[in-house]
Amino acid sequence: MQRRGAGLLHGGHAGVSILELQDVDVFYGDFQALFSISFSVEEGQTFAVIGANGAGKSTMLKTIAGVLRPRSGRVLFEGESIDHVSAHKRVGMGISMVPEGRRVFPSLTVHENLQIGAYGGRTGDWDVASVYELFPLLKPLAKRQSASLSGGEQQALAIGRALMSNPRLVLLDEVSLGLAPVVIKRIYEAMEALPARGTTILVVEQDVQHVLTVADRVACFLEGRISLEGAPRELSSDDITAAYFGM
Amino acid sequence: MNWVNIVLQGILLGGLYALFALGLALVFGVMRLVNLAHGDLGILAGFIALALVQSAHLPLVWSSIITIVLMFGIGYVLQRGLLNFTLGTDDTRPIVVTFGLSIIIQNGLLVAFSADSRGLDAGALENASIRISNQIAVGWYPLLVFVVAIVSIATVQLFLNQTKLGKAFRATSDDREAAELVGIDNRHIYALAMAVALVTVAIGGIALAIRTTFDPSTGPFNLIFAFEAVIMGGMGSLWGTLLGGVVLGVSQVVGAQAFGTGWGILCGHAVFLLVLALRPSGFFARTVTA
Repeated sequence: MQRRGAGLLHGGHAGVSILELQDVDVFYGDFQALFSISFSVEEGQTFAVIGANGAGKSTMLKTIAGVLRPRSGRVLFEGESIDHVSAHKRVGMGISMVPEGRRVFPSLTVHENLQIGAYGGRTGDWDVASVYELFPLLKPLAKRQSASLSGGEQQALAIGRALMSNPRLVLLDEVSLGLAPVVIKRIYEAMEALPARGTTILVVEQDVQHVLTVADRVACFLEGRISLEGAPRELSSDDITAAYFGM
Repeated sequence: MNWVNIVLQGILLGGLYALFALGLALVFGVMRLVNLAHGDLGILAGFIALALVQSAHLPLVWSSIITIVLMFGIGYVLQRGLLNFTLGTDDTRPIVVTFGLSIIIQNGLLVAFSADSRGLDAGALENASIRISNQIAVGWYPLLVFVVAIVSIATVQLFLNQTKLGKAFRATSDDREAAELVGIDNRHIYALAMAVALVTVAIGGIALAIRTTFDPSTGPFNLIFAFEAVIMGGMGSLWGTLLGGVVLGVSQVVGAQAFGTGWGILCGHAVFLLVLALRPSGFFARTVTA
């Protein structure tokens, strides 16, 4: 409850969106995955995007990260269009993504994965030591090849790697997928430390339960469109269920 | 006939093959690119060094250094301006493009230098040798090439393991898209990988040009030897290229001694096929790169 209050405060004073999508259409070849998506995220907020498999959530994150390009519409970061900026340069602007399936670098050690996370990033508070502080489980594994880690350890490493670039906006894609509930709980607890450092979070989840406890705002995606948007406490679970399944 | 001496010569010849194989393994490891022009690029370096010695009258050492620097630049531009566009969905594209490049280089060299066999002259170094016993003598020059091969492999391996850029090479090799998401520009990394590869093959080409005669059609032979060394060593293993090169070198030299000069290369191929049959993934089978 305390967290949500802090989020509202942030929302109150900021007013300026750190991220804004304006009528974004994204295609895979002839297949349209996103239809005129518009929403904005305020600085310091935790913004959750929920929806069923194939609703276009990951596509939306990849578009913000620059891996995919919108066919029409604009993506604004701190009020400026970033549609011409390639993915690797967006990291330097302060956008960092934790991709679906963790995607840690298997031939690198845990420590090297973190080091490489700072490759194109900004300078700031996050370094190897502060990531180990956030995820103490990673520290004893520092010299291990990351391919040998468990799913939960890899997920913590993937988040730590993303933080190493000192992002202003973190994009989290399905961080709970395939993990044990106790591990998911720990990862979400760690995430709650980020807004206090001024980091904005845009998190995508199929699993609604955990994400609604940390989100200041939630949007539900259905078949490439936003079916519902609001603050979690204003939305009834019936609203969410209806928007999620399209009933 | 002294077998110890012969095996020793084969081992040292393996150093030369390793120099050709190293760049091939690096490029395959970082970007899964099979460069069929690799051997010709080595021969191109030999001709550039030759031209600098003959036309610009530079000493061999300086012309070699200039050639190596030039090949770094050629590698970067070649990858960034051409080969990067062949990577992606279709695996056959880089093969077709580098095959074409191989033909272009060979014919370009033919026009510029004619089909005559050439050689780079390293003076007294070429024939000097250390006599270990009555029966065993090691040439200074083959020994130098072998040491250069070891130093080259160690340097590239150290670069990959220890430097920030080297880790970016490995990260890109592991997962190109995830590497982009930490701010790595893969087009730049690929271009640097090709640049480093051409530095190593330039060293190999110059070493070859001093050791033996060469002409514009020499490249493909060395490409095949390099492939055999890489595959025997284990795709993606840099030290494996040295072992693969040594096995190939020893097989060739021993074969030539046992069955006659013409049989040496065939023996090399036979041993390669044998290794492929018995250990298809090579001596140092590793699933990840470099």
